[in-house]
Amino acid sequence: MRGAVALPFLWLLALVAAPLLILAVIAASTAADGIPPFALPTGWQGLADNLAVLADDPLYAAALLRALVVAGVTGALCLLLGYPMALAIARAAPARRPVLLLLVLLPFWIGFLLRISAWIGLLRDEGWINGVLLALGLIAAPLPMLYSDGALLVGMVHSYLPFAVLPLFAALTRLDPTLEEAAGALGARPAVAFWTVTLPLSLPGALAGFLLVFIPAAGEFVIPELLGPPEAQLVGRVLWTEFFQNRDWPLAAALALALLVLLVPSILLFQRLEARA
Amino acid sequence: MAPGEFLALLGGSGSGKSTLLRLIAGFEAPDQGRILLDGADLSPLPPHRRPVGMMFQGYALFPHLSVFDNVAYGLRRDGVARAEIARRVDEALAMVGLEETARRKPHQLSGGQRQRVALVRALVRRPRLLLLDEPLAALDAGLRERTGLELRAIQRATGAGFVMVTHDQAEALALADRVAVLEQGRLAQLATPMALYERPASRFVARFLGAANVLEGRASGSVIAGPGCALRPAEAVPDGDAAVALRPERIRLVAAAPAENGVAATVTDIAYRGDTWLVLAEAGGTTLRVTLPAGAAPPAQGAQVALAWDAASLVVLRG
Repeated sequence: MRGAVALPFLWLLALVAAPLLILAVIAASTAADGIPPFALPTGWQGLADNLAVLADDPLYAAALLRALVVAGVTGALCLLLGYPMALAIARAAPARRPVLLLLVLLPFWIGFLLRISAWIGLLRDEGWINGVLLALGLIAAPLPMLYSDGALLVGMVHSYLPFAVLPLFAALTRLDPTLEEAAGALGARPAVAFWTVTLPLSLPGALAGFLLVFIPAAGEFVIPELLGPPEAQLVGRVLWTEFFQNRDWPLAAALALALLVLLVPSILLFQRLEARA
Repeated sequence: MAPGEFLALLGGSGSGKSTLLRLIAGFEAPDQGRILLDGADLSPLPPHRRPVGMMFQGYALFPHLSVFDNVAYGLRRDGVARAEIARRVDEALAMVGLEETARRKPHQLSGGQRQRVALVRALVRRPRLLLLDEPLAALDAGLRERTGLELRAIQRATGAGFVMVTHDQAEALALADRVAVLEQGRLAQLATPMALYERPASRFVARFLGAANVLEGRASGSVIAGPGCALRPAEAVPDGDAAVALRPERIRLVAAAPAENGVAATVTDIAYRGDTWLVLAEAGGTTLRVTLPAGAAPPAQGAQVALAWDAASLVVLRG
């Protein structure tokens, strides 16, 4: 019994606390030649130096800000698309709901890189969309769609949409259906009943869905790398460059910690919403 | 239904009473037939266009709105002016003694307070007809009787027609002007509470209200050959198969059973019920329910007893 309680703590210790500790130690180290490419910290000076580099070069602040903006826009678009989906599933006959939820999760059955590559095939200059438009004579030259902010957001929304739909669906199915009937009996048209009753009551679920997209999307590396504009330096790409190209592990670790600190309020807010639900 | 009448729809589970209420409110569509209010057919109108209020069984108060905003909700939908809304909501809350709670949220109220908020929320738009789905079912037994009487006083004060769905026969008899007993989606009987209790039309109504004894037999010359006894009702009975209802409280213990309207029986069970004793007695293969005042000494189990009743207590059933 006691062992069963201890198990999740061991899990958290091994997979959350220990990596975080290693990250913090590396962030406090100084870069050095060798394998691994850093010298263990002797005090707090290493961390202070790394943070000073992050603060001095506007590249890092811009990368963090841009990552948060992209994550925020992705979260907002996922909500806009996901809310009607979640509402339709919540209003469907209970027997059909599992099938519809399965369809929402179906993209997860296909490899992530394969799905992103498919977007490249669709969006590139010689891709399907440009090919069809050219063949129809609607455009004279291929539209430059790939490697743009639009392509980046399409890939992000495609990958993260299910994370927004599921908490919204959970919030909407928890609502008492007689509340909208009561609004109707009090003279509210269906659209007004939705706007004044269902929408406000589903806002905690919507915020949870937004955060569930926003938090992982802020650190996303692969999608901006494959679909986004080359000049867009998101924090994920900067991290990768510092780590693998510049081999400055301490600076990369400090940047990762900075991103984590920025996301802590969102994570705490999400946990509070989940605890209340 | 007459204007300003308090009608109760009484039935067991599955009798169709809630469905009937949802049909009037517009949440379900009738397969056939019409729903008339003041001569106009309601059926083509969506719920929000019907001049009908509804109080839901679980009250369905909006959890994100204060008591004031809950009551004001319908008036806002009707486009009533701000000052007028404030005046009418305050007046409605004062009617049920809830002025102090206007700024609270529903979850901060007691069950009885929530019930009254739901009632005035439905009434504040002054509907011609108010539908109430088990309005007292969620209240404690102690609160139910007093709240029921308040409900009837408010109904009389507002002059709105009330249609109340209930499974509780005592509630229906105590509050309503007329009671409609529903049996599997059909109207079994529609009558005033006294007429319903004293003169049930069918075996179902007799058994459902007050658990009357239903005695079957063959009638010949106004005498029915019942189970081990001869029954002579005060009213005439056509010859042939017949059934009469006999209320448990109308049966007396006597020294010797008379030749007609009396029977010798064996006590099979007794139960103390506070205000009465319930005695089950077997006669001619039929078990009779008899209630005796709690003050009287009950017969012992297995004892032979003689039972008798008045001719006027026998109600001839038509169905």
